[in-house]
Amino acid sequence: MIGSLRERLSGLKSFPRGIHPPHRKEYSETLPIRPYVPKGELLVPMAQHIGAACTPVVKARQEVTYGEKIADAEAPVSAPIHASVNGKTGGGAVALLPAGRRVPALPISPAADGKALPENFLEDFLDRNWDGVEPTGYEPEAICEAIRQGGIVGLGGATFPTYIKLKRNPQRPVDTLVLNGCECEPYLTADHRLMLECPEAIVVGLQLAAHAAGVSRSIIAIEENKPDAIEAMRQAAAGRPGLEVMVCATKYPMGGERQLIPAVLDRAVPSAPKGLPLDVGVVVVNVATAHSIARAVVRGKPLTHRVVSVTGGGVSQPANLLVPVGTRFSELIEECGGTRETACKVVAGGPMMGPTIPHLDVPVVKGTGGITVMTETETAHWQESPCIRCGRCVDNCPLHLSPTKIAHAIKHRDYDAANQYDMNACCECGCCAYICPAQIPLAQYIRAGKNQWRQIVAQKKKAG
Amino acid sequence: MSEAANTSKASSVAEAAGGVRSFLVSSAPHLAAGASTQRIMFEVVGAMVPLLIFAVYFYRAAALVLTVVTVAACLIAEAVANRIRGRSQASLFDGSAVVTGMILAFSLPPSLNPYMAFIGGVVAIVLAKAVFGGLGQNLFNPAMVGRAFLMICFPAAMVTFTPTAPMMPDAKEAAAAAKGVAVSELTDRDVDAITAATPLYQAAKYAEAVRKIESDSANAQKHQATAEQIRAAMPSQWQLFFGNVGGCVGETSALAALICGLYLVIRGVADWRQPLGVLAGVLVFALIARLVAPDSLQSPLYYLNSGALVFGAFFIATDYVGAPLTPTGRLAFGLGVGVLVMLIRLFGAYPEGFMFAILIMNALTPLIERWTVPTPFGGHVQA
Repeated sequence: MIGSLRERLSGLKSFPRGIHPPHRKEYSETLPIRPYVPKGELLVPMAQHIGAACTPVVKARQEVTYGEKIADAEAPVSAPIHASVNGKTGGGAVALLPAGRRVPALPISPAADGKALPENFLEDFLDRNWDGVEPTGYEPEAICEAIRQGGIVGLGGATFPTYIKLKRNPQRPVDTLVLNGCECEPYLTADHRLMLECPEAIVVGLQLAAHAAGVSRSIIAIEENKPDAIEAMRQAAAGRPGLEVMVCATKYPMGGERQLIPAVLDRAVPSAPKGLPLDVGVVVVNVATAHSIARAVVRGKPLTHRVVSVTGGGVSQPANLLVPVGTRFSELIEECGGTRETACKVVAGGPMMGPTIPHLDVPVVKGTGGITVMTETETAHWQESPCIRCGRCVDNCPLHLSPTKIAHAIKHRDYDAANQYDMNACCECGCCAYICPAQIPLAQYIRAGKNQWRQIVAQKKKAG
Repeated sequence: MSEAANTSKASSVAEAAGGVRSFLVSSAPHLAAGASTQRIMFEVVGAMVPLLIFAVYFYRAAALVLTVVTVAACLIAEAVANRIRGRSQASLFDGSAVVTGMILAFSLPPSLNPYMAFIGGVVAIVLAKAVFGGLGQNLFNPAMVGRAFLMICFPAAMVTFTPTAPMMPDAKEAAAAAKGVAVSELTDRDVDAITAATPLYQAAKYAEAVRKIESDSANAQKHQATAEQIRAAMPSQWQLFFGNVGGCVGETSALAALICGLYLVIRGVADWRQPLGVLAGVLVFALIARLVAPDSLQSPLYYLNSGALVFGAFFIATDYVGAPLTPTGRLAFGLGVGVLVMLIRLFGAYPEGFMFAILIMNALTPLIERWTVPTPFGGHVQA
């Protein structure tokens, strides 16, 4: 109660409710981005994005060069995949994605003797010289096509093909673009470092996206806990028209688009699953995505790498690594000194929404922003006890739902009741489970319930 | 075959990284605030300890004995109930039985025979909690159910109040003066009979006397005298607020209850909506009633300060289980309790109405919950 009063008086942009988990960013927030050259075989999954999976366009046991297109799909909602190293492809394989699906994958053995990546790769990636680039000089259609050909998807984790979001649609006009530099998950610092080390590229990418979508106003949203990044982005945006930096309160889930848009624009996004930011005239773009847009449109470089924060109390030497897509988690952890004795959990992403992986033989995909290795003491251990109806989940849910009602309806397989309480509006942020004194895994129940309901609906469609 | 090749490559890499490790797999989120039911319950107990200390100061050992007996009764009843239901005894340690016991004890007259308090505690846990399914499942507030049971079984004992220990000397003097003897010559019976009625009882009697002045005009003067007598004996506002008047164990000081209650609100354990609703409901109702019948009723503050209203507003109305889940619902619950309390006090047979107000609102909670389902931030899900 007092906290929310303080927040209101602070002048920071914010949304109602939400939680304040510990930041735990000190593990890696001061570490500059370091390139990683893979030693072992890469495994490039064919499905790394929302939409149709790709099929390989190269043969097995074929030499490929860095940046060459290796897989594509006919369907419009998709994104091509490019070789992230110079090397040789292998036969068809299966990869376990961080989220748990098994999908077809293309192995690539990187070339030896340091020839796997082009020369000066890091300098090229973090290039800060973007003077003289005039984003409005490009045709919007051309921008979208370059984004599509570059295989760019939402790097905030959702991996939605970006060009579709930016294509102009007269029936769904967009008036504002929001650049999401919040990185509200604890531990993760990849976006933070990117904003610090090449803000100019991000700003150029943002302007290209704005021009493609036809918006004149762009907002750069950064959480208050990154003052150096705020300063860097302010300087990069100075002098460029139509850009505004807004400092947001540091809380979770500030970086979720359904919370960020109300915070910076005071507009409520209609509820999922049908409601989208597009319905209120807004498109949200992650900073890493914007960075990739600049590289793809201006320099013709496809999306092949991503910054991954390997962090957490369970890894010996945390780092922010620039990683080729397809590198196995095991290599990255080894690069960071291996896991400590106390490590007990490996999360692909941040601890609030990231899935855990059972073993390290999982490849980095386009959506992997971090690898959080957690120790016994860092991670929560759930001992479910009866719900005492304290209402904390209701009070803290950023989407104003009643998580305990939904979860208990799902427990009893009462999907009518669950839907009555708007189960499908849930964005699975995890605030409810975080705050629950009875330690009920509310987010897990709701996630399972949504999955079950999808299957029930699919079966009904098949039958009727 | 490729998968096997991949796995063997992976395991060799993994081994190079320091041996094959197995990791915990669980569903997000992987962080928790560290809150627990136990911590909440014991925070409530902690907030009631100062009130217990006050009670011991005013009522001496009787208060402590009653509290200990009631809490013990609740714990024993819960243990037996768990045994019968085949459940583990873990619930004994979550503190909820202790909270129920203390609240029940605080709502009893300090002179109550401990065996009655024991019965109350057992009934509270068995009839109002275990039978419904244990923690979180009860429809009615267990402590209030226990008290209601005792009211029915031992009606006289439950409304016999003694003055606070510091006030005893004054009360004895007054009784001695009335009888025309020295204080030392008072018999035990005389002392027992000093049932200094509670401030609310006095207020009710006063109102009755004032009403009789009009209705029974033949004896108007006698009623007038009675009214004045009662009025003179009623405590002042300050006495009520700081607490030096007769009443139940937890009723000692509105100020103390306010401070302890506010502590719970600030800590985020008690929701501010119920106390606000209760106090607002009482205040508004008393104001309106006073406008209608200014002679027979006391000032609204009198009603706020008496009858353990402040204690009830912060400690009983804020009980999670019996109150609605939704924020609006909780406010409605508080307002309902406040209005019902005043209705019972002014028009009901009992001078104190808090217990019944809570029980009635408990019954309405599922309905209130259904009526106050929050609208999701982005609107209801479009089918």
